[in-house]
Amino acid sequence: MRQRLASLTPRQRTRVYQVSMYVLAAIVVLVVVFLTDWEKVQKNFFNVDVARDMFPEVITTAAVNTALYTALSFVLGFILALALALMRLSSLRPFRAFAIGYIELFRGLPALITLLFVGFGLPIAFGWRLPGGTLGNGSVGLAIVAGAYMAETIRAGIEAVPKGQVEAARSLGMSRTRTMFTIVLPQAFRIIIPPLTNELVLLIKDTSLFFILGSTPQTKELTKFARDFMSSTRNATPLTVAAILYLLLTLPLTFLVRRLERSAAKGR
Amino acid sequence: MTDETNPDTTDADVMLTPPDPEAHHAIEVVDLYKSFGDLTVLSGIHFHVDRGEVVCVLGPSGSGKSTLLRCINRLEEADLGRVLVDGEDITHPDADVDKVRTRIGMVFQQFNLFPHLNVLRNLTIAPTGVLNTPKDEAEAFAHEMLERVGLSDKATEYPSRLSGGQQQRVAIARALCMRPAMMLFDEPTSALDPELIGEVLDVMRSLADEGMTMMVVTHEMGFAAEVADRIVFMDGGVVVEEGTPDQVLRNPQHERTQRFLRMVDHN
Repeated sequence: MRQRLASLTPRQRTRVYQVSMYVLAAIVVLVVVFLTDWEKVQKNFFNVDVARDMFPEVITTAAVNTALYTALSFVLGFILALALALMRLSSLRPFRAFAIGYIELFRGLPALITLLFVGFGLPIAFGWRLPGGTLGNGSVGLAIVAGAYMAETIRAGIEAVPKGQVEAARSLGMSRTRTMFTIVLPQAFRIIIPPLTNELVLLIKDTSLFFILGSTPQTKELTKFARDFMSSTRNATPLTVAAILYLLLTLPLTFLVRRLERSAAKGR
Repeated sequence: MTDETNPDTTDADVMLTPPDPEAHHAIEVVDLYKSFGDLTVLSGIHFHVDRGEVVCVLGPSGSGKSTLLRCINRLEEADLGRVLVDGEDITHPDADVDKVRTRIGMVFQQFNLFPHLNVLRNLTIAPTGVLNTPKDEAEAFAHEMLERVGLSDKATEYPSRLSGGQQQRVAIARALCMRPAMMLFDEPTSALDPELIGEVLDVMRSLADEGMTMMVVTHEMGFAAEVADRIVFMDGGVVVEEGTPDQVLRNPQHERTQRFLRMVDHN
């Protein structure tokens, strides 16, 4: 066998390997297809009756909540990140030190820990709770984490704007602040729209952690809604429905990112 | 207070009387030192530009001429020495740099137009934002300046759609929109393709003809010979020689000037 392979030309040898890979893959697929109980799969993961019962609440409550939590987390996180990025680039050492400490701390912690600190640590320690229930507590918790990540993105964007832009603005008599907000940041944001959109996708998925804060029927987001539905129906179909809805939210965004990156690569 | 050795300078007046625009050089540089780390770029520069005068600064690369120009509007901070603009010491810690800069137009080698703004907005953003000029007034003046640099049809274009020569002319118009008392040019044609240099030099020539005070760091010998009132030759961080174009270009006294001019001639 070995001798026969060795006598082949390199191109023929590649061809033999390719064909054997296809054959192997086909065998695996056939084994899975024949050994799987498709009726069971269909009944437990793609059960139309169970799925039908989830509507319309899975959209009007759960998906809407997921979108709402994401939006608020993103907006709060972005404002926080902008402040952190500017502190990180400040000429004042205490500001820089604070920003670096903050960023390293919250990038190093699980988001779940931060959520627990906000949702339960604060009330235990001070007998005081953030307003807004799940929306308020969860969004602030996620924003604290997202702010750390986005701060580094914004900083990179600011540093990617050529130094000559700042010099031109300053030579026209613009102050440091005016230069930052009218010349540097508009150009920086154009550069960082793709990574910021990625951060938004991550936030959509991270709102599934909000279950830890407890929930009422009105505050359930997609994952919690699906999980409770699964428990009451003893069926996994709700997870499938939730997964599809997550993809409907995230896939358009990731496609958008890819398009933005391509057009950015081409230049304006 | 007067630690100056040169009795000709009017430094005593500078110190004692409030700035009087008529009594001083437009730009005066006194004993300026600047180094980057171990590298000394300027070592004791004395230099001035008078009102309405066009001074071209020549010299080999690394001679410190761009750094000198950038010290004059404090894009670069001098280590030692003073820079006076209309008699006002702008290197003084209390000096309002932003305000001083509104009186000094600057044109860069790399144009540095704002790519996210169209041409008109490039021209009006500083007048409206810094000088608080009303928008319609700023735009009217911007159109005037665009016409002056021959680009009145480009007001709504974005910088990336313009050629290098056009971008540099927009950059000159942008500086003029602040109605500056003087203009600094930092190798304005060095980044341009040869066929685009002429249009930029034409604009600069017309500015000089209208009596603008100009300091031009350049390698364009022809322009310097024709337009400059005075030429300053720098090498190794000091002013080696200065005088009229005739004196410096045709009859250089210093050996370093002669060597530089020979090398430029051979190109």
